Amino acid sequence: MMEEVKEVTPNLSVSCHNINVTDVVKDGETLTFVVVSKKLSGTGEYHVDRTYDDFEWLQQHLFAQEDEPGIQGVIFPPLPVKAHVNPSVKAIKQLGFLGIDQWEPYRVAMETYLRQVASHAILSKNKAVEIFLTSSDPPGRQKARKNIFNRLSQAMEELRKESHKDVDDFFQTERDHNLTLTGYTKTAAERFLDVVLTEQKIAVAFTHFSTALHLCVEPGEDPDKEAFSKVCVKLSEVFDTMKTSITSVAENNLSTLGLGLDMDSRYQEAEKEMLFRRTCKLVELEAASRNAERAKPGKKAAVAVLLC
Amino acid sequence: MADTARDPPPEQTDFQELEDGEDLFPEPVSTLESEPASLPAEDISTNSNGPKQDSLFDDDPEDLFAEATEEVSLDSPERDVLLSDGPSPAITPITPPTSVITPRIGHAHDDMFTHSSFDEMEEEEGGDSFDMHISVSDPEKVGDGMNAYMAYKVSTKTSMSVFKQSDFSVKRRFSDFLGLHSKLASKYLHIGYIVPPAPEKSIVGMTKVKVGKEDQSSNEFVEKRRSALERYLMRTVKHPLLLKDPDVLQFLESSELPRAVSTQALSSAGLLRMVNKAADAVNKMTIKMNESDAWFEEKQQHFENLDVQLRKLHASVESLVCHRKELSVNTAAFAKSAAMLGNSEDHTALSRALSQLAEVEEKMDQLHQDQANADFYLFSELLGDYVRLITAVKGVFDHRMKTWQKWQDSQMLLQKKREAEAKLQFTNKPDKLQQAKDDIKELEGKVQQGERDFEQVSKTIRKEVSRFEKDRVKDFKTIIIKYLESLVQTQQQLIKYWDAFLPEAKAIS
Repeated sequence: MMEEVKEVTPNLSVSCHNINVTDVVKDGETLTFVVVSKKLSGTGEYHVDRTYDDFEWLQQHLFAQEDEPGIQGVIFPPLPVKAHVNPSVKAIKQLGFLGIDQWEPYRVAMETYLRQVASHAILSKNKAVEIFLTSSDPPGRQKARKNIFNRLSQAMEELRKESHKDVDDFFQTERDHNLTLTGYTKTAAERFLDVVLTEQKIAVAFTHFSTALHLCVEPGEDPDKEAFSKVCVKLSEVFDTMKTSITSVAENNLSTLGLGLDMDSRYQEAEKEMLFRRTCKLVELEAASRNAERAKPGKKAAVAVLLC
Repeated sequence: MADTARDPPPEQTDFQELEDGEDLFPEPVSTLESEPASLPAEDISTNSNGPKQDSLFDDDPEDLFAEATEEVSLDSPERDVLLSDGPSPAITPITPPTSVITPRIGHAHDDMFTHSSFDEMEEEEGGDSFDMHISVSDPEKVGDGMNAYMAYKVSTKTSMSVFKQSDFSVKRRFSDFLGLHSKLASKYLHIGYIVPPAPEKSIVGMTKVKVGKEDQSSNEFVEKRRSALERYLMRTVKHPLLLKDPDVLQFLESSELPRAVSTQALSSAGLLRMVNKAADAVNKMTIKMNESDAWFEEKQQHFENLDVQLRKLHASVESLVCHRKELSVNTAAFAKSAAMLGNSEDHTALSRALSQLAEVEEKMDQLHQDQANADFYLFSELLGDYVRLITAVKGVFDHRMKTWQKWQDSQMLLQKKREAEAKLQFTNKPDKLQQAKDDIKELEGKVQQGERDFEQVSKTIRKEVSRFEKDRVKDFKTIIIKYLESLVQTQQQLIKYWDAFLPEAKAIS
């Protein structure tokens, strides 16, 4: 397709690689993201404020492109779950890596999302993306039309169709593979999250220990007391250093493997959804073929005549 | 790691600083040893010969007996009798009432507590430096069911002349250790010596071991106990006075030891102990001591503060240990899931990298576990030991208060008797007058004795406290150095593992 070569098409006026979500601002009960994108033609940047609802609007519009051929085969970049300013314990668990460390990982995840959308061959052509990135007014809040993601019915059909055998080997293996991978990636992400959280707890414990050591320092000319105090101070410094070390280890873990596993996990869910859509279509096709077979021969002949 | 910018110029590195500190120690020890001897030479010579130890004990108590005075208060002898599990063979001649005043070595002075002989021993030690290593090992379960117990092998390696051999071992069980402690406590605590406290009983822990499941927690419990017993013994023998105590020697050397029944929690002795503890607590509140010596007041305050600080530290370390163990568990779980992910991944380089990651994480898990153990055994146990030691120290101060109280009581009694005598002077009752005069003489003796006791206890406590403080600083320093070394080692291992992993990660793309 042609769009791979030039990003400078009427589709998107900003460079898809230079989209940054620079800030997450707490605005009362909502979180506002500051999205900065660099213009492709000339210099200058677009600074826009967006809330989570705006992101969702964008996602809905992307889903709703029914006239786009092959749209259902697209693996849509996953949008993170909505984050609240004061999340409940359950919400934090749901967010996983994105819920810890004061919105920093969340910001990065949103940024990744936008970049993925903007660099997607098909999706970037949608006008909604352009509006989202460049318009200074918040994009419209109207609910998009019924789209291919009618969640309610999908959940019910999922169980029925999930195990429907595929006609194509490639896809069957893909589905099985995806299933296992999704499970494992999710588990790995959760376990790694536990590791990072424990590292943070240890950092806090170090701080406590260091403070407690400071309390042991006593003034006095007694040489024993002095020696003891000196030892305590030195040890306290050691523990401060250890605390810095483990805090940075936890941070690095979070921003690299943590985010990576989280993204991977969500992307695999998206792939699963795409494969599922295909399976649904397959089922529909098979059902239609069966119906066509069962159709009255008379009608068949009539249709054949009509078609010639 | 060294924030050298903040250190004062003379100190260059952390370790060098510690070495500077070491220099402090030789001096105080030598000053102690240079204190003038005030005892005749015969005592010194008899003390340094090991085999004559027991016979020495048999002779001198007779002398003591002649000079012994009766106990002033009624309750202490009974209590002390019950604390020590019947007199141990080496000091059988001494009958219960005087067990309280049993001195450790022979002497010939009017001083009941041969304190100056303590100095003597320090000088003696100069020739026979402290070279002793005790290890407690090989816990074995003996017996079955609820009567089972763990037998530990206590091995001593020493070159000191006080022992008959230089390398020997015996089998002991936990109640033997408790018995030893109670004997030592009954002999020395009330005269001002800080006797190291024995490890605590744990009914829950022991029941698990008895019931017999060989699982992780009971293994940990046994290991914890073994390590605690070893530390207890080392601390006890580090005390120059306690080292030469016949009970200690018997404990270390003789293959058979009479069972210490009175240490059982539910025995009558145990109950009596609890009652006495309560009585003590009440007494402590009612005794208002006229502290004439500011040193004691300051020291008591110091120990109170230290107690609080150490408890806080102990709590912090416990939480640290707990979190590290958790980290180790979580890392292991992550390693497993990474391995599974690696197995199901198609892309070969990624798959291999993930498997390698899983291996690295497993090694890290082991590292974390080891570090947690180091944290625990080095730090947490040390702090726990010191918290208990400080309780013993506070107990010693309390004993001093009691001695003072005794002295004051007898002084008041004397006063009353004197007043009564004065009154009797004017009545015509010659026999009663004589009785009063006799009583007064007796009481005067008691008062003098009480005063001497009090002085002695104070003196002992001063020495003990300074020794304790030095040991404390030394102990902490050694442990901290060990701990820091273990930390450095762990970090280095960590770096090695990750360095090995890096090329694998780079090879993915």
